[in-house]
Amino acid sequence: MEQNKFFKFGLCILACVFIVTGFAFPVSSKEKASKEKLKVGFVYVSPIGDAGWTFQHDLGRIAVDKTFGDKVETKFVENVPEGAEAERVIRDLAKSGHDLIFTTSFGYMNPTLKVAKLFPDKKFEHSTGYKVAKNVGTYLCRFYEGRYLTGIIAGKMTKSNSLGYVAAFPIPEVIRGINAFTLGAKSVNPKIKVKVIWINSWFDPGKEREASEALIDQGVDVLTHHTDSTAPTITAEEKGVYAIAYHSDMSKYGPKAHLTATTHVWDKFYTQITDDVLNNKWKSKEIWGGIKDGMIELAPINTKAVPSDVVKMVQKTEKMIVDGSFHPFQGPIKNQKGKIIVKSGSHLTDKDLLGMNYYVEGILGNIPK
Amino acid sequence: MLFKIEPRPDPSKKMKYLSPLIAVVMMLITGLIIFLILGKNPVSAFHAFFIEPVNDFYGLGELIIKASPLMLIGVGLTVGFRANIWNIGAEGQLAMGAVFAGGIAIYFSNSTSVFIIPFMFIAGAFGGMLWACIPAFLKTEFNANEILVSLMLNYVGILILSLLTHGYWKDPNGYGFPQSILFSESALLPILIEGTRLHAGIIISFLAIFIGWIFLLKSFIGFQLQVSGLAYNAASYAGFKYKKMVWFGLLAGGLAAGLAGVSEISGPIGQLLPSVSPGYGFAAIIVAFVGRLHPGGIFLSSLLVALLYLGGESVQMNLDLPSAVTGIFQGMLLFYLLAADFLINFRFKVKSKL
Repeated sequence: MEQNKFFKFGLCILACVFIVTGFAFPVSSKEKASKEKLKVGFVYVSPIGDAGWTFQHDLGRIAVDKTFGDKVETKFVENVPEGAEAERVIRDLAKSGHDLIFTTSFGYMNPTLKVAKLFPDKKFEHSTGYKVAKNVGTYLCRFYEGRYLTGIIAGKMTKSNSLGYVAAFPIPEVIRGINAFTLGAKSVNPKIKVKVIWINSWFDPGKEREASEALIDQGVDVLTHHTDSTAPTITAEEKGVYAIAYHSDMSKYGPKAHLTATTHVWDKFYTQITDDVLNNKWKSKEIWGGIKDGMIELAPINTKAVPSDVVKMVQKTEKMIVDGSFHPFQGPIKNQKGKIIVKSGSHLTDKDLLGMNYYVEGILGNIPK
Repeated sequence: MLFKIEPRPDPSKKMKYLSPLIAVVMMLITGLIIFLILGKNPVSAFHAFFIEPVNDFYGLGELIIKASPLMLIGVGLTVGFRANIWNIGAEGQLAMGAVFAGGIAIYFSNSTSVFIIPFMFIAGAFGGMLWACIPAFLKTEFNANEILVSLMLNYVGILILSLLTHGYWKDPNGYGFPQSILFSESALLPILIEGTRLHAGIIISFLAIFIGWIFLLKSFIGFQLQVSGLAYNAASYAGFKYKKMVWFGLLAGGLAAGLAGVSEISGPIGQLLPSVSPGYGFAAIIVAFVGRLHPGGIFLSSLLVALLYLGGESVQMNLDLPSAVTGIFQGMLLFYLLAADFLINFRFKVKSKL
């Protein structure tokens, strides 16, 4: 008897829920946005959080919102796994009227191209990939320029001559950063050695912390990372060593430890591309921008720790990179065995850089195969 | 006034089957409250969450694609779960299925033979079962806890896949990025309905539901598994061989997970990636329990869990809600299910002081 009552009560609630959701049909059709706005979609690989790769992209999205106001409407979907999931999300964005879609992780490359084929009148921009199509462009920043500059600071600040690097995956993008950092440090301090720990993850605060602790235990006194979390900076602060952050300014996570950071700035790029689409000027391009293009910036240097002559040195090199009189991968560069691989007077081409799969002299250990 | 928890003398049978429904209703009501607190119109929020993702043909197809590995693995795991054999390693078994099948797709990438796909499924099934053999062997020979062994092997399996995609099977023209070549046409599952991504792999999942139903509810070994789970002593007095159950329970899960891995790589993904599953092996455990360890229930619960994923993306696009919404709804579903199950078997009784 009692059961029966409960059962009926349950059914009533279920019915109510269905009625309520049923009402939703007319409401949502009214909510469809007016067609005049340009809808811009962003696909993020991780939650936005408060620092890191996705956080920087979202700053770019906010800049687009601010710049164009009523003319543009932006949407994002965060935490989208690479692979089969991505295709659905990108397609849903295209289907729901987004004319310009930014896909911000390497693993979105093939899904982006597949969807782009189905929606030839929509524009797609894929970050960090190498495949393009008529309506798919690619974009990336020259992280290595910032890496070289932070390497100079690390080389000057270390006392143990031992620098630590927490790295995500052994792919050219990450290896390029390690090499540039090492070259920068060696340019001011030939004695330095760089120790690398691979954690096989872009974002894993636990592993990043473990790797940081292991490096510090091995005598590293300046730590940097090519991973997404604030864990290395926090660990460095706790252990009393210096940290050079990546992606975002992480100084609030290590006020004493944080020397500077190589930060990605997408604001200008996203605004420019949106503007191109608004004015029907957009074309599929392969963009690889650096300091000169405002896509890479150093976070404010911690002048309490870094002497002013080092700051000046960094600023001078930065200027030379911008005006083209200096290239971070300028010869002579030696590989780990001490053999010269780039002759003095020449520098590596973009194609060499994109396929980089070796360490330069000064890095300990081997690239995992 | 104090409460005392006591077992109900006569737990309701009907309620046992109704409790997932109660959990769904409670989840929706709590969701309603959350949307109200966030200042979102709950009507449009529910519309975005539960209707928008499936209001066209393509969306329905996506729902089935997402549900397909969940129902396949869910049924496979149920075989063991019914006998209290806990295979928590489906994620690794799925990865190994993908490794074995992917190897064939890569080494025969120039072949146009129609046998590539069946060959891949056989290899994938083998890979998944091989990975499930390890906990089964250690359990039957050394009485090692299968929960721990299978759980730990997840990491090993996923790392083997990662090793291969970063090294031996890396696309030589891929600028060093960790992924295999795109599979050739002969290693891809055919699309069933034009304009969707519905691939032939879903047939295997539907077949698994059907076979699972016959096997679990109509066969003698299904009965033996159930008795071992409910009353181990009774089963051993009846002469049911426990070791056989362990092997059966674990291998069924490995087989299903391996096949799911093949369907994923030769269906929607089309190549080997360092990660081929967004946690299907773990979500399938939820699916199996929400589905009451019954193939029919698993069919429905896999669709529900799939809808929660799709709905989570849709509310991000339509209402600017964070992706954590998906996790909240999944967590609520499981929480209310466990609470409902608890209250079916136990009740609170007011205990006056002294």
